[in-house]
Amino acid sequence: MGEFILLLFTFVLAIFLGFELISKVPATLHTPLMSGSNAISGITIVGALVAAGATDSPWLSVVLGTAAVAFATINVVGGYLVTDRMLAMFKSRQGGRP
Amino acid sequence: MSALEITASLSYIVASCLFIVGLKMLSSPASARRGNLVSALGMLIAVVATLVSQGMDYHWILVGATLGALAGAFAALRVPMTSMPEFVALFNGFGGIASLLVGWAEYHRSLSLGAEIPFAAALPIYLAILIGGVTFTGSMIAYAKLAERIDGKPTLFSGQQIVNAAILLGVAVCLVAFLAAPAGPYAYWCVGFAIGLSFILGVLATIPIGGADMPVVISLLNSYSGLAACAAGFVINNTVLIVSGALVGASGIILTNIMCKAMNRSLPHVLFSGFGAAAAKTGAVYEGEVNPITPEDAYYMLEAAQSVVFVPGYGMAVAQAQHVVRELGELLEKNGADVKYAIHPVAGRMPGHMNVLLAEANVPYEQLVEMDDINPRLDTVDVAVVIGANDVVNPAAREQEDSPIYGMPIINVDHARTVFVLKRSMRAGFAGVDNPLFFKENTRMLFGDAKQSISALIAEFKTA
Repeated sequence: MGEFILLLFTFVLAIFLGFELISKVPATLHTPLMSGSNAISGITIVGALVAAGATDSPWLSVVLGTAAVAFATINVVGGYLVTDRMLAMFKSRQGGRP
Repeated sequence: MSALEITASLSYIVASCLFIVGLKMLSSPASARRGNLVSALGMLIAVVATLVSQGMDYHWILVGATLGALAGAFAALRVPMTSMPEFVALFNGFGGIASLLVGWAEYHRSLSLGAEIPFAAALPIYLAILIGGVTFTGSMIAYAKLAERIDGKPTLFSGQQIVNAAILLGVAVCLVAFLAAPAGPYAYWCVGFAIGLSFILGVLATIPIGGADMPVVISLLNSYSGLAACAAGFVINNTVLIVSGALVGASGIILTNIMCKAMNRSLPHVLFSGFGAAAAKTGAVYEGEVNPITPEDAYYMLEAAQSVVFVPGYGMAVAQAQHVVRELGELLEKNGADVKYAIHPVAGRMPGHMNVLLAEANVPYEQLVEMDDINPRLDTVDVAVVIGANDVVNPAAREQEDSPIYGMPIINVDHARTVFVLKRSMRAGFAGVDNPLFFKENTRMLFGDAKQSISALIAEFKTA
């Protein structure tokens, strides 16, 4: 239970940090913000790797875990790539690329 | 803790910091692209740390990751910018289903190992499955609506609220039964029901929401996908999942809030009212003359204008007119006019959609102006050009108390000296509300496909 409380504490602090960070993102970048944060939510891949790869996993867990790895990887790879593609388009008047 | 485990834990801290720094760099278009790379580096570190920390069989991981990476890269490099809303909706759904699968797989593993499942593990398992499932089917419906695979109109049926309430009750009953004995004989049934009910709930929660409210829905689903990852983090006791899931959750909530404010509606109203299904009946009917003009007339007025503001909406995306709009903008600037692009927070089908389209067309980001910045300046503007936007410039939101969109903040284009409205026909907008702007004295209607109309204007400029 003690560990659970500690994780909960981390969660609550991270929510507050998230509010602070995201409120600084200008409206013009809201679409890349969504696709980028989408990629970050692909962090669930860490859980998927454990389920698919742990040597003590029963076969059903391995199947579920492998599917989870596939979906989460789509999220991570696709999310970061498309965000990069979008952000590359935002150019300043000086013609400089970010 | 072994040295390897400590290294992994420290790597997770580094990864979390990189996510935070990456998001912080998103506060300016100048640093945003590097920020995205920083965030991706964090992800790479987290993945590698996980792979080396535990004794693992890489066999199936390789299969899943290869398939996922190929599909993800293929989709990301091919998707056109106009289809960004449905793309993001689809990916939200994948995040959700991944978290559901992680919750289920971990539950199955704990059961098969005969380990005890304490409350602190059982609750997150249930939540990961529930939120993940709702996110998955909800996102699939949102995707289908945005991609126009199914009708975008709200779907309402009698007794909908009762059905929803019954499902929520079922979810609660399963939760209590599951928590009472997470390894008991009925526990797996509860998990199965939770998966089924979450799928149904996701569908039922999304079908009553109309197309104009889609920016809210994808923001909310974005938030859910983060929270689902968070729950999965509690399941496997992993802080990096919790921190990054919480960041995404917070991001989605903030965007949802901005969208709701920009429509002057509360979140419950967006989620449950079926807005747009009956709106056409309640709105006042406007009568009067519209003033249609030809591209030639429009050219003479634009040629004399000192300041021009373009107000794009989803219609610009549909007509793929962003490139010709930028070309016209450049010609106007060469002609000595000050050119700005005013963007309403809910223009398009997702937050910031118009900005991406205009950036794609090489409009420098300094020229993109937010609603609150342009409104005080609009009465000094010579010509406001409305391209495929309707509700976000509808003065009924200011003037017509019985209008369904009354109170919604709009871009006050009618305050400009002249307004050009580029429109296919006199049809009502996406929300089904009539627009008195079309009948105002200073409004000129340029009927036809937006891309063709603007191309005609460009031709006028070039031959002159």
